[in-house]
Amino acid sequence: MPGKLKAKIVAGRHLPVMDRASDLTDAFVEVKFGNTTFKTDVCPKSLNPQWNSEWFKFEVDDEDLQDEPLQITVLDHDTYSANDAIGKVYIDIDPLLYSEAASVISGWFPIYDTIHGIRGEINVIVKVELFNDLNRFRQSSCGVKFFCTTCIPQCYRATLVHGFVEELVVNEDPEYQWIDRIRTPRASNEARQRLISLMSGELQRKIGLKVLEMGGNAVVGYLQCFDLEGESGLVVRAIGTACTLDKLSSGSAPNTNTHMHPNTAPASNACNSPSKDGKESPLAHGCRSTHNSPVHSVCSSQRLSQNFSVSVPTLIFTGMGSGGSAGKEAGPLRTLLRQQTQTALEQREFPFFTLTSFPPGFLLHVGGVVSARSVKLLDRIHNPDEPETRDAWWEEIRQEIKSHARALGCHAVVGYSESTSICEEVCILSASGTAAILNPRYMREGCLDIGCTDHRFEDPSPPSCGFCHIPYDELNMPFPAQLTYCYHCRRQKVPDVLFTTIDLPSEAAVAGKGCLIQARLCRLKKKAQGETNATAISNLLPFMEYELHTQLMNKLKLRSMNALFGLHIQISVGENMLLGLASATGVYLTALPAPGGIQIAGKTPGDLSNEHISSIQKRINDTIAVNKELYQINPPKLFALDPEVFCGINMELAEEGVGSPIPEPRHRSRLFRSHSESSDELSELDLSHGKKDAFVLEIDDTDAVEDIHSLLIDAPPPTGFYSCNTENMPGISNWTSGVQMFTSVRVLRLSNANLTNQGLNKIFTDLCENLLKSFYFKLRSMIPCCLCHLNFTVAVPEEELIQVTVTAVAMTYDKEQTQEKTAEKPVNKGSLEAEEQLQFPLELCADSSSSNIQTASKISGVAESTNISPRVSSLERCSPLQEGRSRSLRSSRSFGGSSVTVVKMTPLSFLPGIRIIKYLGIINMFFIRETTSLREEGGVSGFLHSFIAEVFAMVRAHVAALGGNAVVSYSMKECVFMENPNKNQAQCLINVSGDAVICISETDQESSASTANTGQTGGGGTDGAT
Amino acid sequence: MSVELDVFVGNTTIMDEEVYQLWLDGYTVNDAVKVRMEGGVMDECEASKDVLLSDTMDQYRTFQMCERLLHSPAKLANQLLFQIPPHRQIMLIERYYAFDDTFVREVLGKKLSKGTKKDLDDISAKTGVTLKSCRRQFDNFKRVFKVVEELKGPLVENIRQHFLLSDKLARDYAAIVFFANNRFETGKRKLQYLSFQDFAFCAGQLISNWTVGAVGESSIDPSYNMVEDMDVDLDKEFLQELKELKILITDKDLLDQHKSLVCTALRGKTKVFPEMETSFKNLSRGLINIAAKLTNTKDVRDFFIDLVEKFIEPCRSDRWTAADMKLYLTHYTNSAHILDTFKHQVVWDRYMGVVKSCIFKMYHD
Repeated sequence: MPGKLKAKIVAGRHLPVMDRASDLTDAFVEVKFGNTTFKTDVCPKSLNPQWNSEWFKFEVDDEDLQDEPLQITVLDHDTYSANDAIGKVYIDIDPLLYSEAASVISGWFPIYDTIHGIRGEINVIVKVELFNDLNRFRQSSCGVKFFCTTCIPQCYRATLVHGFVEELVVNEDPEYQWIDRIRTPRASNEARQRLISLMSGELQRKIGLKVLEMGGNAVVGYLQCFDLEGESGLVVRAIGTACTLDKLSSGSAPNTNTHMHPNTAPASNACNSPSKDGKESPLAHGCRSTHNSPVHSVCSSQRLSQNFSVSVPTLIFTGMGSGGSAGKEAGPLRTLLRQQTQTALEQREFPFFTLTSFPPGFLLHVGGVVSARSVKLLDRIHNPDEPETRDAWWEEIRQEIKSHARALGCHAVVGYSESTSICEEVCILSASGTAAILNPRYMREGCLDIGCTDHRFEDPSPPSCGFCHIPYDELNMPFPAQLTYCYHCRRQKVPDVLFTTIDLPSEAAVAGKGCLIQARLCRLKKKAQGETNATAISNLLPFMEYELHTQLMNKLKLRSMNALFGLHIQISVGENMLLGLASATGVYLTALPAPGGIQIAGKTPGDLSNEHISSIQKRINDTIAVNKELYQINPPKLFALDPEVFCGINMELAEEGVGSPIPEPRHRSRLFRSHSESSDELSELDLSHGKKDAFVLEIDDTDAVEDIHSLLIDAPPPTGFYSCNTENMPGISNWTSGVQMFTSVRVLRLSNANLTNQGLNKIFTDLCENLLKSFYFKLRSMIPCCLCHLNFTVAVPEEELIQVTVTAVAMTYDKEQTQEKTAEKPVNKGSLEAEEQLQFPLELCADSSSSNIQTASKISGVAESTNISPRVSSLERCSPLQEGRSRSLRSSRSFGGSSVTVVKMTPLSFLPGIRIIKYLGIINMFFIRETTSLREEGGVSGFLHSFIAEVFAMVRAHVAALGGNAVVSYSMKECVFMENPNKNQAQCLINVSGDAVICISETDQESSASTANTGQTGGGGTDGAT
Repeated sequence: MSVELDVFVGNTTIMDEEVYQLWLDGYTVNDAVKVRMEGGVMDECEASKDVLLSDTMDQYRTFQMCERLLHSPAKLANQLLFQIPPHRQIMLIERYYAFDDTFVREVLGKKLSKGTKKDLDDISAKTGVTLKSCRRQFDNFKRVFKVVEELKGPLVENIRQHFLLSDKLARDYAAIVFFANNRFETGKRKLQYLSFQDFAFCAGQLISNWTVGAVGESSIDPSYNMVEDMDVDLDKEFLQELKELKILITDKDLLDQHKSLVCTALRGKTKVFPEMETSFKNLSRGLINIAAKLTNTKDVRDFFIDLVEKFIEPCRSDRWTAADMKLYLTHYTNSAHILDTFKHQVVWDRYMGVVKSCIFKMYHD
């Protein structure tokens, strides 16, 4: 009942010639929603038909409105035979279902055919009239807003963060149904596209319902994924963070009552949360296995044969260093704090947050990365309505993550994400996040009586270093780590290295610039089936994680940095190999100790190849020196370290450093361990890096030499370029207007079958490095420029193929200002007075209040932020960039004269120099493209090139039709490419998502509201008229 | 180990002007990479040959995909597939429709037919322009020809609007279309010394003075402005009227009178006066015979060769300077106005105006 959908078909243009005889087309259009279909008249003999149809009206349930797309099919009328389809347009009408977003969808849409690609364009107007739903038993969740953005969206403030929402729906894959044998590839592709569109609609609706149940009105950090499980079915799953968002109207006085709402739903499956703490055996370097039996069924009553599951020993990354040190004065305050906050969060089943950046004061401490992987054998989904098996799998993984976080003394997981890798019947499920302690103030409903409790529980950590302070108990450390007093405030202990999956907090004090750090790894495995295969994979996984971790650590040291942000580890499974790719952004946190150098040592002190070793040592030292220069790492001079503290650490190192267990990698005859002053090797050490703690690489066989070479192979980006995989680039904030989003795909065929692991590693590393080199070269006209949000995805589509897909954005910045700023920054930050910061009521969003502005300006140490209007600075605050954006007020390039709206796209949540004034809704599109004339389309590269260009075009067209001019938080979540060159065939599936927005240049804010409104309706009007 | 697939797609389409030019010039990917390497682009951004190859392939693919749109440039502005800033669109179009003077010189005045297209490999060998580039240029000529053939209105303006070209390029295309339509002979050995730009200038003169459209411009009736082929075909009426000019050489008195007027005006003003005096009758006969024969299509085709044979060559052998030529033609034209019995002043001016400026342009080594 409660909705009327209206659609009008206006015109077409650039249609393909369907009638060879006349070189023309007799086009008409079918408009379908649910089971209702309307048709336009035939517009004879025209490639640019004007239908100007009546309004087609569909009266439908709002449940259907959420699930179903509007389907528009353009056909060529044929009197004697069946009408030929020209192509289709699917329009997701979800953005019309909540009042603040778009009011009309109107514009030119590319007509898409899964075999021929884009074939002309069609002009359509769509409107929805919603009747007020009088709160019956709701199956729909109209009105819940969805955001892909992983921070609180600009122009909103969160009054409440409710927490984790997840849902998955399963179905049979049409591609694998019996009917697929007799229908055309086009019909099959369209069935699949439609099904996935329906499923994501349903998924979104169900998540929306959960949000409504929790009392929220929005999902932030919405992450939806497809698992193409082949024979066993199709899974669409999504996670997100439920929030209550308030739209900021200009000049509105913000309400500071922002708090987290504990989801009171009790942990439902008590049996599903196994307590594993007892079984933990520490790996070296702060990696800890939490699991020891390789075959493991969590739910007690599982049929092993059908539902084979292997839970893999998972690792926790945090601080590095095997010498454990324990400051003995574990504060009782700290324990109290933990108890207090934990109770609030422990009530929820999963205290997870998909957000990666937070308002200042929200994040108190970060423990480290927690991750869990599990190898599963897929079986057929028998009953799509009860996707319990898949639910249970994820439940299990999440429980594991939760217990890892608890082991780190943390009550929450932030920057949380989930992924899968599927090869035939084997599936690796992965989840990772960052264990963290959140501000207890946000945990309590009502956010009341701050006064009395705060004094007791307030953590006296300044925001610039507070999050680095360890959350776990020093007496009862979850893994061996090396702790020192914070180099900033000296009050709390910090680890020597910090790994996280979140973005660098905007208030963090850093020295120099960040850079992309990648660890890459290939491992061959034997081809096998079923359980043997799954076991083999799960046996390999811990070694891979260990190696990746070691590589990351070495590369971090080589760049003289001490923290990783945005860490994302992907392990991809193929028939005969596993690929591991870890990407993160390295940065020097001034709160953490300076990293030691890397020390090369022979197997025995009097090694024959001493000369060789010293030459390698020299190269490493040179590289470190060069990198320091390159990334401008000049940490502020330390305040004199308390000699007692120093002594204490050293003594402990001497005691415990030796005893650190280094388990399995011994047989690989290679050692990584930390080295302390008290060691025997002291005499050989080159202490030029000035730190007490050097990293020792022992060389005793060719493998180790190879490894060191590969370590050094990573070329730094050419002059004028920086790169990172996070939202904000540490050390650069003064962006100018140049923005270029791109997607690149490269597939490598391994020719000879007898490759070694070492050889494969080299190939894989070269592949990634060459890709980066290509990007630098292609984007050289943008120098000085930074590649942000570099997102690498690896896959093994076939036995001898390696596929790497990259999406990123290149942004230009102002070189002059950066230098001046980096010079002043550390000094300012170093002299921060911390305590005051938290006295201000901090809210969970981009609010403006005078105190916040002060805070912001103090943090960043930039004077000019005080003289910007409150509104601007407040809006900036929710994005990690503060200083730069108000400075680079250059407007975006305007492409006047063209009838096509320019739509900018970026994987980031913001656009430089541009303010988002309205979120129009989520873009979530799935396309299949197939060809049976691969050679004619320019081979595989030509085929994929045009497909990606088409996907971009369709995204832009949908955004423009919503009245928007940009897509933020854009991502290509799936790019599955299959080819059969012998048959001249190829097929590709692409899934993209993002947030459609209206944004305006920050220079003309005043006219913002009016232009936006007229722009939208006016744009629709003119589009309709043309 | 080999790269099976390698693509890079930007939201704003990335195009390197240098690579575009190489593509237009018909270089293969490998040759283009070689040229780029020699050009020193490798030093920027520490690129390797592989990087260059990958980039070149990407760009070539992009250009190939764009080529379809470039065939009807108006589409480029409202297509959705590639997001290209307008100034880049203009560059793409302008460069795509640019041509080599050496190539166009070879096909100027020829029928834009399949037969001519078959000869392109010979032309390619002769001019050093790659066959691929020859084909593109030839197809461009043909495409423009076909489109404007069906359009009414002024030729240059039509080309400019339909193909979004600059004024200069649109005028050059108008010349090419005009030459192809009237099949002017330009390939004879005696005409080899003339460049495309010489001919383009002459074509411009002919279009703006001798066609139907040329009259239309001065006509009061604006609807007259929209006649089909008005700029492509010569004004038949005018060609008929040209026959009347014959009186200047058939009437002995008139001829003598004309000569004495010219000679009086020229005497003492040039070193080659004696030669002028002796060859006056020959030259005058030459020019007027050309005019009188223009009703024959065949003779229209020979217009330029006739100008060279009947006028330019004799003058050149008498060592006239360009200034001499100018002086002579000015007085030759003006003196006819003073002849009382000569009634065809308007036709005379229309004819001589064009001939004069054509000869000025063509009178060089």
